[in-house]
Parts: sequence; C-alpha cells; structure tokens
Amino acid sequence: MKLRVGLFSFTSDEGCSMIFLELMNTHFSGWEKLIDLRYSKLLRSKNDLKDLDVALVEGAISTFKEEKKLKEIRENTKKLVAIGSCAVNGSPSNQRNFFSDDTKNEIRFVLDNFGHRDKVSPLNEIVKVDDYVPGCPMEEEKFLEVLDKYLKEFKVV
Amino acid sequence: MHEDFDISIDGLSKMEGHASLDVKVRNGKVESVKLRISESKRFYTQAIRGKQFQTVPQLVSRICGTCSIAHLTCCTEAVEKALGVQPSEQTVLLRKLMTYGMMIRDHAMHLYLFCLPDILGKDSVLDFDERQHELVHQAFDVKKVGNDLSKLIGGRAIHPFYSQIGSFSHLPDKEETKKVIDELKKVRSHVFELIRIFYDCPFSFRRKTTFVALTTEDFSFLEGVINSTQKIIIPEENYWEHLHRVIIPYSEATGFEFEGKEFMVGALARMNLNREKLHKETRNDIAKYIRTFPSDNVYHNNLAQAIEIMHCIDHSIEILESTEFKKEPKVDVRIKECKGVGVIEAPRGTLYYAINLDKEGKILYGNLVIPTAQNQIKMENDIRNLVAKNLDKDKEFIQYEIEKLIRAYDPCMTCATHFLKVNWI
Repeated sequence: MKLRVGLFSFTSDEGCSMIFLELMNTHFSGWEKLIDLRYSKLLRSKNDLKDLDVALVEGAISTFKEEKKLKEIRENTKKLVAIGSCAVNGSPSNQRNFFSDDTKNEIRFVLDNFGHRDKVSPLNEIVKVDDYVPGCPMEEEKFLEVLDKYLKEFKVV
Repeated sequence: MHEDFDISIDGLSKMEGHASLDVKVRNGKVESVKLRISESKRFYTQAIRGKQFQTVPQLVSRICGTCSIAHLTCCTEAVEKALGVQPSEQTVLLRKLMTYGMMIRDHAMHLYLFCLPDILGKDSVLDFDERQHELVHQAFDVKKVGNDLSKLIGGRAIHPFYSQIGSFSHLPDKEETKKVIDELKKVRSHVFELIRIFYDCPFSFRRKTTFVALTTEDFSFLEGVINSTQKIIIPEENYWEHLHRVIIPYSEATGFEFEGKEFMVGALARMNLNREKLHKETRNDIAKYIRTFPSDNVYHNNLAQAIEIMHCIDHSIEILESTEFKKEPKVDVRIKECKGVGVIEAPRGTLYYAINLDKEGKILYGNLVIPTAQNQIKMENDIRNLVAKNLDKDKEFIQYEIEKLIRAYDPCMTCATHFLKVNWI
C-alpha cells in the first residue's frame, strides 16, 4: 500500500512545487515505491481528488474559487499540510492586505472582476491544517520530516 | 464535420501556473479562442513601491518559483543601471553561472517532466514503463546538476540569497566546484540523448512570425542588444518603446505586440537569432541538430531548449575550470534619484525591468514585461489556426493537440500575473 498524496497550488509563485520536484531528483527511486501521487496538475492531466491520505497545499487563498477548492480538498483528505510561507502565514502573496487605501482602490476593479476575496488568507483561516512546513521556499528538511511522519502514521513504512 | 462545438479546459496541466481555455466553434468556423490566465494576481508592481532598493530583487524573485533567478538578476541589473553600479568581471561570471544553473534545471523540468510524456504517449512521467525508466533517472540527474550549480553560486536554486546589488556575498567553495564540474560532465551524454529525442520528434506546427530575443556575444542570456527577425536592433533601455500592451479582458494577464504585430520570444527565438554564438564545444558536437534552425516550427522551441542545456553545461565547465574566484572589495553605491532598465533572457524569453528610485533609494515606480505575456497573443492565434485546421477531427483529439501546442511554448502563468497596469476600463 502506498501513501495517497495530492499536490495543490494556490496563490503563490509555485516555488514550493519546484522544491518538491527538486527533492524528486534524489528521492524519486524511494518515493516511487511509497507514494502514489494521485493529484498533481504539474505532472498529470488526469487527476483524482478522492480519498487522499495527505494533501500538500502551497499558496495563500485569494479568490472565492480557491476557497471553495480548498474546502473540497479538505473533505477529500485525511491530513492537510500547509507547505511554504504563503500557505502557512499568507506572505508574500498577501501583500495587497497591507496596501494603502489609494493602492487598494487602484486594484479594486481587478479584485471585483476576477472574484477575489477582500483579503488574502493563509490556509488555517479557512480549513483545519494538520501540519506546517514554513519557509520561502519551504524548508526541505522539515518537509521530509513531515512526509516521513505520515508514511509511518499510515503504516506505509 | 462538426458545425458547432465548444472546448473548455479548466486547469491546463503540466505547465507552470494556472490557466484555462475556452474555444467556441460555430457554423464550422472558430468564433473565439480565450486563453484565460487564471493565476491570481499578486500585485508585485504595487507592492515594491516605497521599498528600499536593496530589498527589491529578493522580493521580485518571489514572482516566479521556477525562474526566480531570472527575476532576481534582471531586477538587480535594472537597479545597478539606475545607480550607475558596474559589477566586476567576476560578478558577471558568477551571474552567468547562476543563470546557467537555472536554465539547465528549468528547461530539464519542462522537457522531461512536461513534454516528454506527449512524445512517449503517456499522461505523466510517473506512468513511464520499465523501458522508459532510464529517461526518468536521466531527467532527475540533469535537473539536479542545474540545481547544484545554482546552489553553488547562489546558495539556493529557488530564491538564492548570495546575489546582491553589484556583487555576491559568498564565493563558490572549491571542493563543491569540483563536484559540480564532474556532475556537469557526467550528464552531457544524457543531454545528447535528449536533443536526439526532440530532433526526432515528429510534432510540427509551422507558421511565419516575428522572433525577438536579447542576443548576447557568448549566448549567456544577460548583456546584449535586442534583435528580431524584422532586423531591428534595439538597445536594452529602449525595448519598452517597441512594445504595445494589449488588454485581454478575460485574462488576469495582459498581452503584448512588438512593432504592432504578434511575436514570439523564448528558446526558439534565441536559436533563430543567435545560434552562431553557442559555445564552441556545443557547436562542434551537435552541429547537425543546430542546422535545424532557423525554424518556424513551434515544437522546435523544445529542441532549442535541449540545445541550450548543452550550451549551459559546456560554458559552465569552461568558466568553472578556468576561473579562480577571489574576494573583492565592497561595491560603492551612492544613492540618488535615478532610473534604470534591465533586460535579460529568462528561460521562456525576454524579461524587462524598469526601476525608478527616489533620492532616498526607495522605489518610486517599477514596470516589468515577462515572456509569457509577450507570447500570449501569438499563442492564442496559433490555437485558433490549429483548431481551424482540425475541424474534421474529434473533440478529444483537438483538445489534446491544443494542450500539446501550449506546452511547446512553455508558458509560465505564475509569471504572467504578478503585476497590473490600470488602464483597461
């Protein structure tokens, strides 16, 4: 049995997804036997969101559509891990939260036009988050530690 | 065959960032093609205003995970040009190496992980069978070299922290340098194999267009003049005057025209305009493949990327083997009210930064033009023509061909939506 994992990306630069791909450089052979990466738009066009063990979620939540999707992920996964600073505390993707009123007015029409929320939120303002991997991009060692923890918890290793 | 149909792809896959596509066919004619870049805006142009100039390259690095080094380096160049800072020869060499690391890693990701499944008839690199497995290992070996080279020079492959205005805060470790040189030499044969695969790839989509690229004397992506197949030579600081911003109301990104026309930037443009400046080892060893260019086949963008990986490897080996890096005196920066422009070639094409500073060194204004925005109009028009040519085929086939074509462009939606210009109401 493999760990059923999904990799998701919201408002961010996808730098944590890049770190994930870089970690694959040295870990691919091992992970291949342990991890079933069922959902990753970065690597597949056919993706399956159902019955995940662990959802790795990058990015902050800026739009209503993202908020809805995040809730859907939460319903379909046993554990949800916030990876990288945007997901953990919103920064730096939440810069617009701190704009002056003038600058906020300047960007208002984009926010209205594309269904953006009033503020950009870290994941835990919207759903329950089970683990956090901080850093911009995420800290590699901490990520491996969390992944290892779930491999054990789900009795894959 | 089909008079009326719609294709809607919500969430295009195997690319950087988020985009969706809507195609509408009515009465046997393509009525509309809308490539919606749906990556949420992060308003970097607004966010950098008022920030101290030293901190801004690190901040804009966060516009894009995969080509963070391009944003960091281009913004650094714009600030240096503004302040009149001349980086030392050694700093320039280190920047070239850091850029080469990014190119190797980024191109390898795109070619092996995003494009190769199309050629081998698989949905994902994760589904490759036993016979194809060797290529997966080669993919990760090549990507790793790029990663290690950027780490050696910049401290990290994503958002490296040794790069500063005018200098590097840390010099490459000698032992690590030796290891990286060995690694570079080791993967050269893998890259040769990759070039062969993309050379043999039968995919073709040919059309005439204008190609634009910053052409450099040693194909190092950083300093040169902007060249185009329209034969206009433009100094870096004047590039903006030749661009025309086109508002795309349904997309969170804007498009651009060059001299009033659609155009294409990226590896294919660089190869078409500057291939004689590739490293001599590269030119010697893969002459047959380089002779493919000039080409107007979009899929040759991927062959061009593979050739660029070889160039980056060869030039990096030469620089690392022949340079003794030494500690240099601190660069003197005098703050003043000023303006500067930086232009470099990012993995996906020409990247432009304009920075204005006030007398305290705070950012008054920043403007940037990223490669995917420059390609967006051409990309949409190509999709339109592709659909028109294939109206007799079934929808699934057309949809797959569209996705394949978009991947050939190697778009980066994350980059495309960092900023905003308020003039499209």
